[in-house]
Amino acid sequence: MPVTKLKSKDLLGLEGMSKQEIDFILDTAVSFKEILERPIRKVPTLRGVTVVNLFYEPSTRTRISFELAEKRLSADLVSFSANTSSVQKGETLKDTVKNIEAMKIDMVVIRHSASGAPHFVASCLDSSVVNAGDGAHEHPTQALLDLFTLREKYKDLKGLRILIVGDILHSRVARSNIWGFFAMGAEVAVCGPSTLMPYEMEKMGVEVFFDLDKALEGRDVVMVLRIQLERQQGGLLPSLREYANLFGITRERLKRLNKNFTIMHPGPINRGVEITPEVADGPYSVILDQVTNGVAVRMAILYLLSGGEEKVE
Amino acid sequence: MKKEKSVLIMDNKTVARSLIRIAHEILERNRGAKNMAIIGIKTRGAYLAERIAKILESIEKVKLPVGLMDINLYRDDVQSKKEQPVIQKTEINFDVVEKIIILVDDVLFTGRTIRAALDQIIDFGRPKSIQLAVLVDRGHRELPIRADYIGKNIPTSSDELVKVKIKEMNGEDSVSVVQNKSKQKRSAKP
Repeated sequence: MPVTKLKSKDLLGLEGMSKQEIDFILDTAVSFKEILERPIRKVPTLRGVTVVNLFYEPSTRTRISFELAEKRLSADLVSFSANTSSVQKGETLKDTVKNIEAMKIDMVVIRHSASGAPHFVASCLDSSVVNAGDGAHEHPTQALLDLFTLREKYKDLKGLRILIVGDILHSRVARSNIWGFFAMGAEVAVCGPSTLMPYEMEKMGVEVFFDLDKALEGRDVVMVLRIQLERQQGGLLPSLREYANLFGITRERLKRLNKNFTIMHPGPINRGVEITPEVADGPYSVILDQVTNGVAVRMAILYLLSGGEEKVE
Repeated sequence: MKKEKSVLIMDNKTVARSLIRIAHEILERNRGAKNMAIIGIKTRGAYLAERIAKILESIEKVKLPVGLMDINLYRDDVQSKKEQPVIQKTEINFDVVEKIIILVDDVLFTGRTIRAALDQIIDFGRPKSIQLAVLVDRGHRELPIRADYIGKNIPTSSDELVKVKIKEMNGEDSVSVVQNKSKQKRSAKP
């Protein structure tokens, strides 16, 4: 039976999501992408729906992308940053969201530095919750837009050989993408310094490399992760220059990849660290397509989660 | 399964004749097909739009732009439905500004689908006019909307269903009225 609705009222992660469900979201997003090309890039679908964007961590892309997706669907939105709110006065997460829900809202988009925060919020609220990144756990909308971008280029992800390079340990993008790629039937490997490699990777069924040149051999897609400068105080890396030498994606290294290869990066880019500017801006780079597609994918998710409740007759 | 009483109203031939007549009426009223574009409402209306466009093109020897539209994002009941309707792609690859738009659908019923379609077209630009062509008008309007070109008027009671089959989807063209005793929800459209 074809999937015609999402299983859950929330989108918390891609772990355990089926290919059918992912394809359904991505198919819906194809229709929404067309709206972004229209003269009036707005549809009245979510009129009267109120969405609260709770950002406990800084964000440019994800936050603007969600806000635009909400506006394109005519939803009402309120955005919240932790550093200008009563969180500073010591209000707990539960009290904050309960109070916000008491003001009659329909959906919450949350980014939080603690893994599992969106799951906790979802259990407290009747409203739909969308995870916009939680700690080093998951970032499902990023993974979905990555899958969408690759599906646009390759049609089918089955058998695609994908390499994720960089700080896997702190990366929620890597985790969500690994679940997503596996669901779609792709082959996934990771590569990075051993200090930034979580030890459960092999258990997930991912091939682990510490030598970038070996890892790049015969790959179709390279997803370059950002070196999270804000999380590098613990001495996990000797220096950024050493990282750039050993794990930076340069034009020279691209020769090892398959024909028709693709370079991805979830942003923000540290030019000259994990990726050289010429690679980031090359014709094989889909970094800006990822950003464009992000709005369409988030529109699809908001739309699919906004369904009304069953009316008892 | 309960047995349904079904009365056949139109078949392959009568549907074909109706579409040819509608095409002639369109040309008569607009004195040709100049500056005209056809937009069909998914799913059946889209196929009918393509057929009407073909007939118009063969009479007038011109090529007309044809667009398809999914109106679900403009529905007035998105929030109250249990399941969100599956959204299909809208393809209007021409400029609607100053065009005569012939909007095509299979059944005209409450008028709510057409209201949604009108709003969506106007978001693409300001056409010179919008005219409505439908294969069947079954009455029971809930909005002040009427069709300009009608294949067949079929008076129905509100517990009847009008079933339209289309060659491209069902292998044959037919329109039938089905008696529906269990008070089913009216057609899936707004």
